[in-house]
Amino acid sequence: MTDLANKVLKGDRLALSRLITHIENYSQDHHAVLDQLFSHSGQAHIIGVTGASGSGKSTLVNRLALNMVNGKNGESHHKIGIIAVDPTSPFSGGALLGDRIRMRDLTSNPNIFIRSMASRGALGGIARAADSTALVMDAAGFETILIETVGAGQSEVEIARLAHTTIVVESPGLGDDIQAAKAGILEIADVLVVNKSDKAAADGTAQTLKAMLAMGEELRAQSNENSRTNWQVPVIKTSALNGDGIDDLAAAVNAHRVFLQEGGEWKIRSTARLKALLERLVRDSLFDAWNDPDNQLKMEEILRFAADHKRSPYQSVRDLLK
Amino acid sequence: MEKKIRVLIAKPGLDGHDRGAKVIARALRDAGMEVIYTGLRQTPEMIASAALQEDVDAVGLSILSGAHMSLVPRVLELLKDNGQDSVWVFVGGIIPEKDGKALEDMGVRAVYGPGTSTTRVVEDVRSAAAE
Repeated sequence: MTDLANKVLKGDRLALSRLITHIENYSQDHHAVLDQLFSHSGQAHIIGVTGASGSGKSTLVNRLALNMVNGKNGESHHKIGIIAVDPTSPFSGGALLGDRIRMRDLTSNPNIFIRSMASRGALGGIARAADSTALVMDAAGFETILIETVGAGQSEVEIARLAHTTIVVESPGLGDDIQAAKAGILEIADVLVVNKSDKAAADGTAQTLKAMLAMGEELRAQSNENSRTNWQVPVIKTSALNGDGIDDLAAAVNAHRVFLQEGGEWKIRSTARLKALLERLVRDSLFDAWNDPDNQLKMEEILRFAADHKRSPYQSVRDLLK
Repeated sequence: MEKKIRVLIAKPGLDGHDRGAKVIARALRDAGMEVIYTGLRQTPEMIASAALQEDVDAVGLSILSGAHMSLVPRVLELLKDNGQDSVWVFVGGIIPEKDGKALEDMGVRAVYGPGTSTTRVVEDVRSAAAE
């Protein structure tokens, strides 16, 4: 066992932090550490939190994490890892990571570990390093891992492949019932939150979403009788500002975990998560091989053939994979 | 993938003027760095915890309240306790020259007064991270 893996398993926070940096920088020498930590993972409940920018995700994560870490009677020793993703600038490659501003209540809590993460060009609303980071936090003994995506639009649905439970945060007044009927982000919700319930339009938004969900369930019942999931997506009104509804949200998230574990879907989702990880590793390994300096001459030749229209890029890639 | 420089920008103490901190954060971002901004009224304990969890190369402290001689040494001490003595700590704000010298003796790597160009800060952080 490597020294770093040992330290991470023993709860050394600096070691965990350094390992996450290695993961983010994609340095190959950390792979041995991940090999060793992998067998210790698989316990944590991984929760995704997504929604439009400004819908209040960070503030909600702050409230939810506080609620979970304190437990009902304040006696809990529940450990929570948080991965907060913000976008990388496509121009400078830099990023301003500001999710901690809303999580000041959590910063010094010994049972909470927050890592801000830049998306570094990954599409889909999360960072490439998020899956492996969740894995090492899991191995390090964090029972719950909250992953906050970048401000998501309609198609940033990667988080659903990474999380056991996906919370989609909506806020009042963002579009009509046609927006709610469109495909995409609402479909991945296991728990729907209408945040900013202190605003007048919140009730209407919650009603619209409930109607949309009811319609979706009817369709699903018609099309697939032995639908393996009969989870009813709850619509929960919260105010991250004053704390209303946070108990309900924590209860719903917990209910979903129990539902997954008792109904057998926990295993299905965990396997789907590993499949997503495997697919990413295959994609990244091929792409890294393509970018390897040792292969540059070959790659330039392929590009030249393509530019001269002598050999199609399709043919070249087929040849490469032989 | 290239290694990204990560910098924590924090405002310890009770003054609410964070314009300078935001300007520096933005300049470092535009220089391609990943900047973690913590917001106002951070205690030294909060800053050290954030620096640890974020595994930063540098910590920038912006202080305009005059409390630098009590806040900064505490941050340095906590970073050291956490095994992060190699983190490059810089301070910006209104710091009298005598205090600036004292802070540098304690381990602060640079003290920037009003009117410092952001280019200089960017270059200093970049060369420090390359060490």
